Amino acid sequence: MFKRQTFPCLILLLLAVLLVQPPVFAETSSPTANPGDTAWMLISSALVMLMLPGLALFYGGMVRRKNVLSSMMHSFVALGVMTIQWIFIGYSIAFGDSIGGFMGNPLDKFLLRGITPETLTGTIPEYVFIMFQGMFAAITPALISGALAERIRFRTYVTFILLWGTLVYAPLAHWVWGGGWLSQGHLLNGLGALDFAGGTVVHLSSGISALVAVILLGKRRGYPSGDMLPHNLTFTLLGAGLLWFGWFGFNAGSAVAANAQAGLAFVVTHIAAASGAIGWLIAERIHQGRPSALGAASGIVAGLVGITPAAGFVAPWAAIIIGFGAGVICYWGVLAKGRFGYDDSLDAFGVHGVGGTWGAIATGIFATIGATGLVLGNFQQLVNQIIGVVAAGLYAAAVTFILVKVLDATMGFRVDDEQEQMGLDQVEHGEVGYNF
Amino acid sequence: MKKIECIIRPFKLEDVKEALSEIGIRGMTVSEIRGFGRQKGHTELYRGSEYTIEFVPKLKVEIVVPEDRVDEVVNTVVQAASTGKIGDGKIFVIPVDETIRIRTGERGPAAI
Ligand SMILES: Nc1ncnc2c1ncn2[C@@H]1O[C@H](COP(=O)(O)OP(=O)(O)OP(=O)(O)O)[C@@H](O)[C@H]1O
Ligand SMILES: [Mg+2]
Repeated sequence: MFKRQTFPCLILLLLAVLLVQPPVFAETSSPTANPGDTAWMLISSALVMLMLPGLALFYGGMVRRKNVLSSMMHSFVALGVMTIQWIFIGYSIAFGDSIGGFMGNPLDKFLLRGITPETLTGTIPEYVFIMFQGMFAAITPALISGALAERIRFRTYVTFILLWGTLVYAPLAHWVWGGGWLSQGHLLNGLGALDFAGGTVVHLSSGISALVAVILLGKRRGYPSGDMLPHNLTFTLLGAGLLWFGWFGFNAGSAVAANAQAGLAFVVTHIAAASGAIGWLIAERIHQGRPSALGAASGIVAGLVGITPAAGFVAPWAAIIIGFGAGVICYWGVLAKGRFGYDDSLDAFGVHGVGGTWGAIATGIFATIGATGLVLGNFQQLVNQIIGVVAAGLYAAAVTFILVKVLDATMGFRVDDEQEQMGLDQVEHGEVGYNF
Repeated sequence: MKKIECIIRPFKLEDVKEALSEIGIRGMTVSEIRGFGRQKGHTELYRGSEYTIEFVPKLKVEIVVPEDRVDEVVNTVVQAASTGKIGDGKIFVIPVDETIRIRTGERGPAAI
């Protein structure tokens, strides 16, 4: 009994020491990092990192068994290459000195130049901020892989995410969070376009890009026939659970402090995930007769996507509407692919594109905390949100269009028919997920 | 000797095995298979999209017996595996040339 409580006691003691620590360096002028904020942001960064294995499981369960490793690798390799890209130029493009509000100077913080352990961003070490933001830069291109799964070449995918992360993600992050033209203080009345944790920068941008890419690259062989079933939905549920957990870091960490706004973001994130699951299940029950496990997993992610831009600005009651709405709207969103005939394998557009758009607009409607939305009579904020969505969507779509065309012409984006039939695990990686 | 190859519903395996043990059958082979009969498959919904599942999961139970036990075994399986609904399965009876017990080298019905 005693032993079990020793560890928590030590942590409490440690926290107490940190909190009551006298301001030893008060007389020196250089500010030091806030311990509480720093601790929370270290944890948040690790939480967001866990979303990549979560995404790997979420997507990996939905593909056929012959593509399970390929699909999971799309998330894991993103964590590898996007981390290195982020250190070299990604962070500098997103958060370096602004060039006309469009992007940061890639040389300003090239290879994290000029940053020391003592350098601060706000109240936390800049290194911690770089890691937190770097996890976002890794997961965003990986989201696109859900649309392209089961048909693309590995080396072209790696090249694509490196270029996409550099030309699309990093500039968009600059626009909204790096002091660019969509940031608060800019755009119509200085209100900016609100995007607390990446509804537009992460979800809308990846979702729209996913749609453009699948339209250009075409359907999987034989789609939509009977053999395209998810091979292991237990993975998918577990993945959704890990994403839910990691999303607390994604959203509540976006306060970049251990403060009241982080607490608000945490509670509305949890509410929206729950509401999203319920919304999707009800829609499914009404439309097709049965609430499914895949529906629950999808609804959780839809609710989380929906609340992402709103998390620091809305009250709990609004989170119920945003989450539930995301569940229902994204259910409708994934049905669209059947109607329009594109093959978004794992519904990257249906969930992230549609849910991201709903979230951005809902933020302009329901913002009541630290910002004013339509419910408080501020029509301008809704207009700004729509400008943000259209601008980010058009920009991401245009650059993705060019990237896919160029890569397809030079490297070849898809594997050939025979390889697609054999499965990407064997063809691209020389191994299989299950040896019995 | 004959091989009795029974395609049955997976959930009927326990019943079939019990019934065969009761009549003194001491060996069998079971495998997971998929197939379809006259009705073809069924449909499943994933995220609202309908997929036709042409091959339905079934189990294949193989039992090799001396000629004089064929009817008894077939009747036992029919009784144990039946639900009376479509898709209950099939039984194929196939001639077997030889049986050899690897450990001892015994041949013929004695090796079964
Ligand atoms: N002609 C056949 N050859 C090989 N396997 C068969 C054949 N017919 C049926 N099977 C196997 O038996 C399984 C069950 O078949 P099923 O019981 O549906 O047959 P059926 O002729 O359609 O009878 P029912 O009208 O009772 O459904 C199939 O899934 C398949 O594995
Ligand atoms: Mg039949």
